[in-house]
Amino acid sequence: MKGFKIIVLAKQVPDTRNVGKDAMKANGTVNRAALPAVFNPEDLKALEQALRIKDQYPGTTITLLTMGPGRAAEIIREGLYRGADGGILITDRKFAGSDTLATSYAISLAIKKMAPYDMILAGRQAIDGDTAQVGPQAAEKLGIPQVTYCEEIVSINHKKVTVKRRLERGVETMEAPLPVLITVHGSAPECRSRNAKLLMKYKHAQTITEMQEATDDYIELHDSRPYLDIPEWTVADLNADEKWLGLSGSPTKVKKVTNVVFKAKESKVLTDSDEDIERLIIELLENHTIG
Amino acid sequence: MPNFYSDNKHLKFHLTHPLMKKIISLRERDFKEKEEYDYAPLDFEDAIDSYEKVLEIVGDITGNIIAENAVSVDLEGPKIVDNEVKYARGTQENYDALKQAGLIGMSLPRKYGGLNFVNTAFVMANEIVARGDAGFSNIWGLQDCAETINEFADEEIKEKYLPKFALEGATGAMDLTEPDAGSDLQAVQLKATYDKDQDIWYLNGVKRFITNGDADISLVLARSEEGTVDARGLSLFVYDRSHKAVTIRRIENKLGIKGSPTCELVFKNAPAKLVGSRKLGLIKYVMSLMNAARLGIGAQSVGIAEAAYREAVKYAQERSQFGKEIIEFPAVYEMLSVMKGKLFAIRSLLYETSRFVDIYKTYQRISEERTLEPEERKEMKQYQKLADSYTPLLKMTASEYCNQIAYDAIQIHGGTGYMKDFPVERLYRDARITSIYEGTSQLQVIAAIKGVTTGLFLNRIKGYGRESLPPELVFLRKILMKMTEEYEMTVQNVVDMKDEELLDFHARRLVEMAGNIIMGNLLVLDAKRNPDYEHVAEAFIKRAEANNKEKVYYIHNTDPRDIGVIKQ
Repeated sequence: MKGFKIIVLAKQVPDTRNVGKDAMKANGTVNRAALPAVFNPEDLKALEQALRIKDQYPGTTITLLTMGPGRAAEIIREGLYRGADGGILITDRKFAGSDTLATSYAISLAIKKMAPYDMILAGRQAIDGDTAQVGPQAAEKLGIPQVTYCEEIVSINHKKVTVKRRLERGVETMEAPLPVLITVHGSAPECRSRNAKLLMKYKHAQTITEMQEATDDYIELHDSRPYLDIPEWTVADLNADEKWLGLSGSPTKVKKVTNVVFKAKESKVLTDSDEDIERLIIELLENHTIG
Repeated sequence: MPNFYSDNKHLKFHLTHPLMKKIISLRERDFKEKEEYDYAPLDFEDAIDSYEKVLEIVGDITGNIIAENAVSVDLEGPKIVDNEVKYARGTQENYDALKQAGLIGMSLPRKYGGLNFVNTAFVMANEIVARGDAGFSNIWGLQDCAETINEFADEEIKEKYLPKFALEGATGAMDLTEPDAGSDLQAVQLKATYDKDQDIWYLNGVKRFITNGDADISLVLARSEEGTVDARGLSLFVYDRSHKAVTIRRIENKLGIKGSPTCELVFKNAPAKLVGSRKLGLIKYVMSLMNAARLGIGAQSVGIAEAAYREAVKYAQERSQFGKEIIEFPAVYEMLSVMKGKLFAIRSLLYETSRFVDIYKTYQRISEERTLEPEERKEMKQYQKLADSYTPLLKMTASEYCNQIAYDAIQIHGGTGYMKDFPVERLYRDARITSIYEGTSQLQVIAAIKGVTTGLFLNRIKGYGRESLPPELVFLRKILMKMTEEYEMTVQNVVDMKDEELLDFHARRLVEMAGNIIMGNLLVLDAKRNPDYEHVAEAFIKRAEANNKEKVYYIHNTDPRDIGVIKQ
C-alpha cells in the first residue's frame, strides 16, 4: 500500500506544567517570558500517531503546520528530529490576538493550500488555552469529518481509518472515511524521543527570518540542502481576508480576570473507624455525590 | 522533565576541554565527511554542538525513562523463557528508547551507520546512563563489542555485523570467563574447531558470568589451537544468536545490577566466525576489549557515585534532627565534602583517560589509511602508554571511590538508608560489583604498577606541574610538588630493595599515591579553567596529602618479614 499524506497541527505553548511564582502577570495574563516554550504535549502525541503510520507504511509523509511567532519554528525542528518530513510556520503580525475562530480560519486556509492530504492529526487541546476548539473548527471549515479524543489509530487504508476514542466512561471504536481530521487525547502513548541522526541532520533548519537574524556561518548550507528551509506563510501567502484574522476576526473577548486562591472553607475530620466511614457514605449518597 | 545531561554542568565542562578540538578534528579527518553524510559535522563548533544536543537526548531518555524504570527493573530482573533471556519490562523499554533515538553504535564509522562519535562523548553518555540505572548501562554499554569488531575483524564481518548494531540496534556480549577461567583468562577451555570445507568454526564448551549472555551478537574467546594451554592458543570469534546453538543454563541471582542478565552458557556446535588472526584472541583483541570495558566501568562508577552523592545531599538538606538540618553538622558535612572531592576527582580522571584513549586510537586508525608523520607516530606511542597505565588506575580508583561514596550515602541516611524505600540501598548494591568485574582492583594494581616503576606517572605529574597557574592556585601546586617528591623517594626506596614480593605488597599503596597526586593535579587544572573547582581541589588535595603521608609512614616501617605472616 502506498503511503499517506499527513498534516500534524502543532502549537508552541508556555509550559504550564512547571509553573513558578512569576507565571502570571499582575493583570492575570500569562507571563510567557517566565515560562519555557514547549511543544504542546497532546500535539506531540498526535505526531507519534502519525509517525506510527509512517513506520508501517513507508512513503508516508508528515508535515507539521504551526501558527505563531518566529520562535515557533523551534517546534518544527523538534518534529523533524523525531521523524517528520517538513513543516510550515504561519506567521504574521496580523495574526496577533487571534482566538480559536480566527486561528482555525488561518489554519484551514493553509491546509487547503497544502492539499491533497489524507489525514490531519492534532492534539485534543493546548495546555495554555484548553479550549479544544481549533481542530474541530478547522475540520468544519474544510468540510471533512472529524474524530476527537483519539487514543489509538487502530488501522488505516486509503478509504477509511479505524480509531479508538477515549471517552469519560469507556472506549469507543469507530470508522471514518478519508480525508479526516483526528484530535488525539492525552491517554495516547508518549511521543518517541528525538533521533540523534535526524537531530544532526536538521539542527540547522531555519525559516528565512531566522536566517536573516542568524550570526553563524551555516547559512550557505541552505543552498545545497533545501530540506533545511522552513517555509513561512504570511497573510498574503494564504490569500486570507484580514477581517477574519487577529482581533477583528476574534469574537472572544476577555471580560474579566480574577485571581482564584483555593481555600478549604469547611472541613471534616474523619477517623478510620467504621462508623465514620459509614456516616460519610450516607452523607455522600444523600447529597448525590455518589450513587 | 529531568535531564541527566543538562542538570549536571560538570559534564559540559569536561566535554569542552581544550584537547577536544584536536581529538575531534583528528577523528573527523578535518571534517571531510560533511559532503557525504547529512549528519556529519561541518567544523569543530558544529561537532561540539551536535555532541551536546545528542547528550541531551541521552540525558532526557535517562532522566525520564531509565531512572524511572530502575526500581521496577531491580525488583523484576530478567528471566529465561524458552531458552531466551527475557529482559524486565523496564529494561526493554529503556533499550527500545535508546535504539529509537539511534544511540546504539555511537562511535562506529558512518559508513556502517554509526555516529562516529569520539570515545570521550560515548564515555560521557555511559556515565549519564549509569547514573539512571547502572545495571542497564551494562547492556547498553556492550556496544563496545561493535567497536572491537570494527577494530580487528575483516571487512566481510564488519559489513555483516556493524550495521546490525548501528541500524538495527543489536545487543552485544563478550563471552570470556569460564568456571575455571576468571581472573586467569589464559585458562579458557571452550573449544573452537575449524571446518575447512565450510570455512566455519564450531564452538563447544561452557561460559560463566556472561553479562547479557543472550545478546544478538557475541564475541567469544575460545581455544582454537589444540594441545595448547596458555594465551597463545586462544582466538576470538563472533557468534550470531540467530544460529540458536547456545543453551542458557541459568541466570545468576546477584547482589546488585539485577536488571543486567548474568548468564551461564553452553555452546553446542555453535557456528562462529574468526575475528582477525588466530592466536591473537587474548593477547591482543581481548586486551583491547577489556581496556575499553574498564573505561566503561570507570564511567559506570562515576555515574553511580553521582547518583549516590545527589541522594545524600538531598537527604541531608531535608532531614532535621536536634532542631536543624543534618547537613549543618560537621560530622555530616565533612562526609559530603569528602564525597564531592572524590566524585570530582574520579570524573576528571575518567575524562583525562578517555582523551588519551581517543588520541592514540584515532592515530591508530589513521595509520591504516596513510603513513603517520614521525611526530604523529611519537605522539601515538606516548598516548598509548598513558592510556594503558591510566585505564587500570582509573578502573581501580573510580570503582573504589564509587563504593565509598555509596557507603557514605547510606550512612548519611541513617536507618532510612538501609530500607528499601530510598534509592541509596540499590546504589550501594550496584556499586559493589564495580571493583570486581572487568578485573578486580587487585588486578588493576598489577597493570598500573608499571606506570609507577617505569616513571610514566611521575613524568606525567611533572608535565602537569609545568602548566602555568593563576597565583591563587599556586599554594595547591606547592602541596602537590611536595607530595611528588615524597612519592618519588618512596618509590625509589621500594624499588631499590629489589624484592619482588615487597614491591607486590606495597604496589597498591604506590599506585594510590600516584593516583592521589594525578587527581590533585587534574583538579587544579580544572580550577584554572573554572574557579568554581578551586574549593573542591583544595579539599581533595589536603586529604590526599594526609593519605599519602600515612602510606609513606607504613611503607617505611614495614619489615619484609611482616609480609603475610598472619595471613591464616
